[in-house]
Amino acid sequence: MSDPGPPPATPTDAERDELRRQGILLTSMEELYNWGRSRSVWPLNFGLACCAIEMMAASMARFDIARFGSEVFRPSPRQADLIIVSGTVTKKMAPQVVRLWNQMPEPKYCIAMGACAISGGPFKQGYNVLKGIDRYIPVDIYIPGCPPRPEALLHGLMQLQEKMRGQRLTGPEAPPHMQPGAACDYPVPAFGAHDLEPPKNPELWQPPVLVRKEGA
Amino acid sequence: MSFSDLSPLESAPGPQIRAVHDEFHGDLLEVSMGPHHPSTHGVFRMNVTLDGETVVRLKPVFGYLHRNHEKIGENASYLGSMPYTDRLDYLCSMTNNWAYALAVERLSGQGVPERAEYLRVILAELTRLLNHTCLAGFLLQDCGASGTPLMYAFREREKILDLFEALSGSRMMCNFQRFGGCRTDAPPEWLDAARELADGYGAFLDEFEELLTGNEILMARTQGIGRLPAKLAVSAGVTGPMLRAAGVGYDLRKVDGYGVYPRFEFRVPLGAHGDTYDRYMVRVLEMRESIKILQQALRTLPRGPIIDPKARLRGFRAKPGEVYSRIEGPKGEIGFFLVSEGGPNPYRYRVRPPSFINLTILEDLCVGHSIADTVVILGSIDIVLGEVDR
Amino acid sequence: METPDQIRDRLLARFPGAAVAVVANPGPAAQHSLLVGGAHGRAIAEFLRDDPALRLDFCSNATGVDWLDREVTDVASTTVPDPAGGPAKVVEQKTKRLQPGYLEVVYHLFSMELRHGPVILRMRTGNRSDKVTLPSLTPVWRSCEFQEREVFDLYGVVFSGHPDLRRILMWDEFKDHPMRKDYAEPDDYEWEPTPHGDVLAKAKLHYPAAEPAAAAPKEEPKP
Repeated sequence: MSDPGPPPATPTDAERDELRRQGILLTSMEELYNWGRSRSVWPLNFGLACCAIEMMAASMARFDIARFGSEVFRPSPRQADLIIVSGTVTKKMAPQVVRLWNQMPEPKYCIAMGACAISGGPFKQGYNVLKGIDRYIPVDIYIPGCPPRPEALLHGLMQLQEKMRGQRLTGPEAPPHMQPGAACDYPVPAFGAHDLEPPKNPELWQPPVLVRKEGA
Repeated sequence: MSFSDLSPLESAPGPQIRAVHDEFHGDLLEVSMGPHHPSTHGVFRMNVTLDGETVVRLKPVFGYLHRNHEKIGENASYLGSMPYTDRLDYLCSMTNNWAYALAVERLSGQGVPERAEYLRVILAELTRLLNHTCLAGFLLQDCGASGTPLMYAFREREKILDLFEALSGSRMMCNFQRFGGCRTDAPPEWLDAARELADGYGAFLDEFEELLTGNEILMARTQGIGRLPAKLAVSAGVTGPMLRAAGVGYDLRKVDGYGVYPRFEFRVPLGAHGDTYDRYMVRVLEMRESIKILQQALRTLPRGPIIDPKARLRGFRAKPGEVYSRIEGPKGEIGFFLVSEGGPNPYRYRVRPPSFINLTILEDLCVGHSIADTVVILGSIDIVLGEVDR
Repeated sequence: METPDQIRDRLLARFPGAAVAVVANPGPAAQHSLLVGGAHGRAIAEFLRDDPALRLDFCSNATGVDWLDREVTDVASTTVPDPAGGPAKVVEQKTKRLQPGYLEVVYHLFSMELRHGPVILRMRTGNRSDKVTLPSLTPVWRSCEFQEREVFDLYGVVFSGHPDLRRILMWDEFKDHPMRKDYAEPDDYEWEPTPHGDVLAKAKLHYPAAEPAAAAPKEEPKP
C-alpha cells in the first residue's frame, strides 16, 4: 500500500472564504456547535432587585436583547441556559438560587449582574445580604454597575458569547458538561441560627489570602 | 371560612407541595408560589392553599430581598442614606428621595427655595407617570398579554428615563434631592424637553387606552375581581391608588398639601367598586391629572436658587428630636420616621413602605378567587420588593 | 385637632388608672407623643379610634426603637444662704444614675375621616431581656399586623393578642433580633482594600502578620 502522506494542513481563512464562495462550508464540529449555542442563549426569567428592571429594559424594544439570540426568557430553569443573577442575593434567597442553578441542565452559564451579585454591593454590611453569589455557584461573567446600563448587560452577554465560542470540546479545558466525571450539583446552604450554613462553598470561593506587613 | 384544623404554614425553605385532607372539602393542595416566579413582581412568595383552583388560604412570605436598609441608615450619615433611598422603590427613585429629604428638612427646620419645590413637583409627577405606565404594562403582562403592552410602557418609560439621565446623571438611581433643595438646576433645554414630553404624553395615553380600557379580555379578567371594601382599606392602612379605587378620597397631595401642590389644580379620581379594574382605571386617570400638574408647573416655574444657600450638607447634624413625615408616592404613602440624638447619624431610621402595608389585605382579596386571579390581584396592588422588604 | 395635653386629660378622665403621659419632642417638628402603659394600651387605642372628636381610623406607621442602658446625670441645685449676709450661693449636686434600657413601639395615627393627625402613641417594655410583652393593636387597626410582626422579628417585642406572631423578614430558624443596637454580626470577614478604624482591627484578627523570618510559610486566614 502506498504511503497516505502527511495530514493536510489546516486551511487558512482565505482558503475557507474561497471555498465558501464556491458553496462549500468547511468548519469543525466545535466551531459549529459553539457558534450555534452561543447565538441562542436563553436566559432564565430571574430578577431579584433593581438590576432586574435594567435587565427588563435590555429585553425591551430600545435595547433589544433578542437580536443577540436571547429572544425568550424562560420561566423554568429546566429550559434555560443562562442565569443572570440581577440584584442583591440575600441569605434567605441564596438556597433558592443554588437550587435553581442545580436544576438548570448543562451547558449552563451564570452572569453576576450588578455590584450586589458580585460582592454584596452597597448592602455588603448586612446581616441578611450574601456577599456575592460566587460564594455558592460558579460565575462566568461579572458586570459591574449599580445598576449597569442595559448596554453593559449586552456587552456582558457578548463577552459570554465569545467565551462560549472559545470553549474547547475535548481535552482538559473542556467545559463541565463535556467532562464525564464533573460534579453537577452544588450543595444548597441551610438556614442556621445566625447565618447560612455553610457561609460559603469552600471549593468554590475563598477570601483572598493576604499577609500583613508588620506595622501595617 | 375558617380552617382551624389546618396546621399553621411555616415559611419552609424550598418549594413545597403538600396535600391536606379536610372533611368538608376533600383534598386541599398547598402550593408555594415564588420566590422565583414570573409574575410575583420580584422575589415574593405566597403559600397558597387551594381547593381545586379556588384559593382557600394565602399567606405571604417576605424577606427574600431584606437588605437591612434601616440598619444601614443608622450607620450612615444623613446624606449617606440618600443613595439608599433610591433603592427602596427602585422604579420611583425621585419620590423616595423627596420623602427622605422632606423628613430631614422637617427634623432640622430647613427651608426649601421655591424653584426647588417646583422642580420636585415636576420630577415627582414624571415619576408618577413612569410608575403608573409600568404598572399598566405589568398588569397586562400578568393577565397574559405576553409583553406587548409592557413594550409600549417601557418605550414611554425610556423617554422619561432620558430626562432623568440628562438631569441627574443616572437613569434609575437618581440620588437627586438634597436637604434644602435639589442637587443641580434644570437647564432651559431640559425644561423644553420636559414640556414636549408632557404635551405628547396625552397622545400616548389615548393610544394605550384605545387598546386596553375597553378591551373585553381585560374587563372580563379584572372586573369584580379582588373587591376591597372601603372600611377594610382604611383599617388596613392601605394608601395610594388602591385606597382611592376603593372609594376613599385620601390623597396626601390634597390632605397634607406639602410642597407647592396647593397651587396646582388637579382632581383626585376615585373608584366605585374597589375591584382590580377600578385600580387600573384610577391609575390611568391619575396619569392624566399628572400631565395637567406637569404642564402647570412647567409653565409657572419661578427663577431662583435651586438649593437654600444656608443649607449644610457635609457635617450635617440635626438637633435632637424625632419626626414622621410622609408624601404621596406613586404607590401610596411613603413616610420616614427619624429619631435624632444630635449626632451625624440618625438614631433610628425607619421607612414606612406603602407596598408592604398594602399587602396586608392580600389574603382577604384573593380568598374565593381562582389562582389565576391571584396573579392579577397581586399585579394590581403594585408592589416593588425593594420597598416591601427594604 | 386637640393637643396631646388635651387628649391626655381626656384619656385620664376616661381611664382613671391608666398611665398616660406626654413625651415632649424637642426640635422644630414638635411632634409630641403620648406615652401609654401596656395595661390599658388596647382600650386606649380603641377609644382613640372610636371617639367622635378624634376618629383616628388610620394607623400609618408602627415602629420599634431600641434604647440601651444609659447613664443619666441628674442635676439638683439648692440655694444655700450665706451666713455672713452676702448673696446666696447656688450649689449644684450632680448624681449619676443608670437608666435601664427598654424597647419602644411607636404608632403614628391619622384620621382619614376628619383629615387630621398625627397623634403619636408610644408603649415601652419593662426591659430588654424578659419583660418584652406589649399588647398588640392589630385588633384595633389591621395595618399593624405586618408591622408588629416586623417589630417582633427585628427587635424581639412580643405582642400579646396578635393573630399570627412569627418572623416576617428573617427566616424562621434565625435566633437573633438584628435591629437591636447590641446585635453582633456573624464574623465573616473579606478582604478590604483600605481598612481603617475598627475594620482594621477586624482585619488584624483575620489576617495575621508576616513572620519576621523569611522561611516561615504563609498562614491561611481563618474561614
